[in-house]
Amino acid sequence: MSSDLQTSTRAARSSAPALRSGLGARLGEAVSMGVVIALTFLGLLAITFFIGRVMPIDPVVAVVGERASQETYDAVYEAMGLDKPLVVQFVTYVGSVLQGDLGMSTTTGQPVVEDLKRVVPATFELATIGIIIGVALGLPMGVLAAYTQGSWIDQVIRVIGLAGYAVPAFWLGLVGLAVFYAGLGWAAPPGRISIFYEGLVPTVTGVLLIDASLDGQWDVFWNALHHMVLPALILGFFSLAYISRMTRSLMLDQLGQEYLTTARVKGVSEWRVVWVHAFRPIRVPVITVIGLSYAGLLEGSVLIEMVFSWPGLGNYLTTALLSADMAAVLGATLVIGTVFIVINKASDVLYRILDARSR
Amino acid sequence: MFSATRDWLTDTAPRSRAQANLGRAYALTGALLRNPLAAVGLLIVATLTLTAIFAPLIAPHEPNAQDLANRLMPPSGAHWMGTDELGRDIFSRVVYGARITLMIVVLVAVITAPVGLIVGAVSGYFGGWVDKVLMGITDVFLSMPKLILALAFVAAIGPGIENAVIAIAITAWPPYARIARAEVLTFRNSEFIAAVQLQGASAARIVLRHVLPLCTSSMIIRVTLDMAGIILIAAGLGFLGLGAQPPLPEWGAMISRGRSFILDQWWVATMPGFAIIIVSLGFCFLGDGLRDVLDPKHEGRS
Repeated sequence: MSSDLQTSTRAARSSAPALRSGLGARLGEAVSMGVVIALTFLGLLAITFFIGRVMPIDPVVAVVGERASQETYDAVYEAMGLDKPLVVQFVTYVGSVLQGDLGMSTTTGQPVVEDLKRVVPATFELATIGIIIGVALGLPMGVLAAYTQGSWIDQVIRVIGLAGYAVPAFWLGLVGLAVFYAGLGWAAPPGRISIFYEGLVPTVTGVLLIDASLDGQWDVFWNALHHMVLPALILGFFSLAYISRMTRSLMLDQLGQEYLTTARVKGVSEWRVVWVHAFRPIRVPVITVIGLSYAGLLEGSVLIEMVFSWPGLGNYLTTALLSADMAAVLGATLVIGTVFIVINKASDVLYRILDARSR
Repeated sequence: MFSATRDWLTDTAPRSRAQANLGRAYALTGALLRNPLAAVGLLIVATLTLTAIFAPLIAPHEPNAQDLANRLMPPSGAHWMGTDELGRDIFSRVVYGARITLMIVVLVAVITAPVGLIVGAVSGYFGGWVDKVLMGITDVFLSMPKLILALAFVAAIGPGIENAVIAIAITAWPPYARIARAEVLTFRNSEFIAAVQLQGASAARIVLRHVLPLCTSSMIIRVTLDMAGIILIAAGLGFLGLGAQPPLPEWGAMISRGRSFILDQWWVATMPGFAIIIVSLGFCFLGDGLRDVLDPKHEGRS
């Protein structure tokens, strides 16, 4: 769909008068992008709605209990709107989601939205530290691999990159705990913070590192950081694998270009040739790769959080899954799906804005 | 005699379709084996297949035979990978687990590749609103997280290995549709299609007999490369208790059981993980190699 839009907007532009302002074209593009995002989000809602419908648990029985009389059952059935046509139900569902109503969680007894507000910052914190690690290591590794193409350095980086596609995240988490916590005693035990530091810092943003530093409680900060290192490193490894692989591939295209030889002949230093001349043209696709990798981390956090008892979105989702708490499952799915769509589409937009060739 | 066979296979002027196909297969296998990583990948996948077929002959113990006197024993001569919390031999369970992994991978491929091919081919061949609708649906699925979607589907239809396969298949077909569509677009307007159309072939016949076969090589590459991801998602579902149910020796589920003992009896959770890594790497290597052989555009890249 997006590529069709791309071609259709491009065709429209080429037929338009040459004097047509770039701003108008950009605006049109923004609108069509908004339509695409809205449609994709509607698709996501349709999927969660469908999942909510096919589930074997009768939602009415979940409310009234097994022994309710037929009248009570029918009354609740109607009250929940289940007698209406599917389309009407879907519209009602979309309406309530847009108003921020995701239903009640049966495990926590709270509105799902409240639960999500509590757990999302923990995941955000972990994934952000993870992506910082992934970029800081993955990007130089990818460039280095491309620069030393075919050498043993390239091979080592290639194997590390492939490992990111072959190692189960939860397994690496367990092994990490066994080696660095139980074996060497370097890492902190599972959890987000030690019990005696819990609740010491007032919740402002929900991101512990920020809250602790705002409050000036540096022992809490260090304790939280200590807990975060291992899970963040493991998450970071998976984004590192992806980022280094893609950077290498993008960089290889550039390093063969003749203008680099020109630059070298002119006496530009090798460092500058690689990082300025060769890297500049690929920074847009690299940003896209980083964005997609960040979205991937949210997914990876589902399994990692369970291993590290990290009280985030992933843990919330898996706990809900195991107790068939569908409102919570669908709520968490919606959040992750939405972030995914936004990052996906945002990197599309960014690509088009920053990359002159696609204009 | 061997040289006669080889001459027949490498004949530049094959006299039958079978000879041409076999000759091509021979040339491809040769090219694949000259690439060391691809050869390793092929070896691993072949070993997985043989292990799955001959599991009862390879496994020294019954996979579900409990021996509570020997529970949680470290790796030894009698139990190469140690025993789990019920005294079951982990090596034997890993060997039988190959069957489950292979079954999941094959089933997902058999379901998703044709679905993706047909959606993509129809979309690309007919174009217009058919294309818009089908690719719209594909894009919705593409821009969603696979694992999360599979989790939600399994949560809805209930845990179990069949449901896990269905859930993975639902999330895995869109890239194939995209590839097939892109391939179809490149030769939709070519002369050989016009020739078949003039001969009066139906749209279904053109798509099935003349369009789809040309997509197979890029499809094979992509499916092989995706296998590692599918294995990881299946293992993840098993780890969460949503995939294969006990006492099935599924690797992810075995890691999940070993989670409680990871600090003292590390081998219970670690051993099945090695199996997952080796098999996934095998598919990655093979896929990379196949791409180099079948798709010269990508030589030496990624």
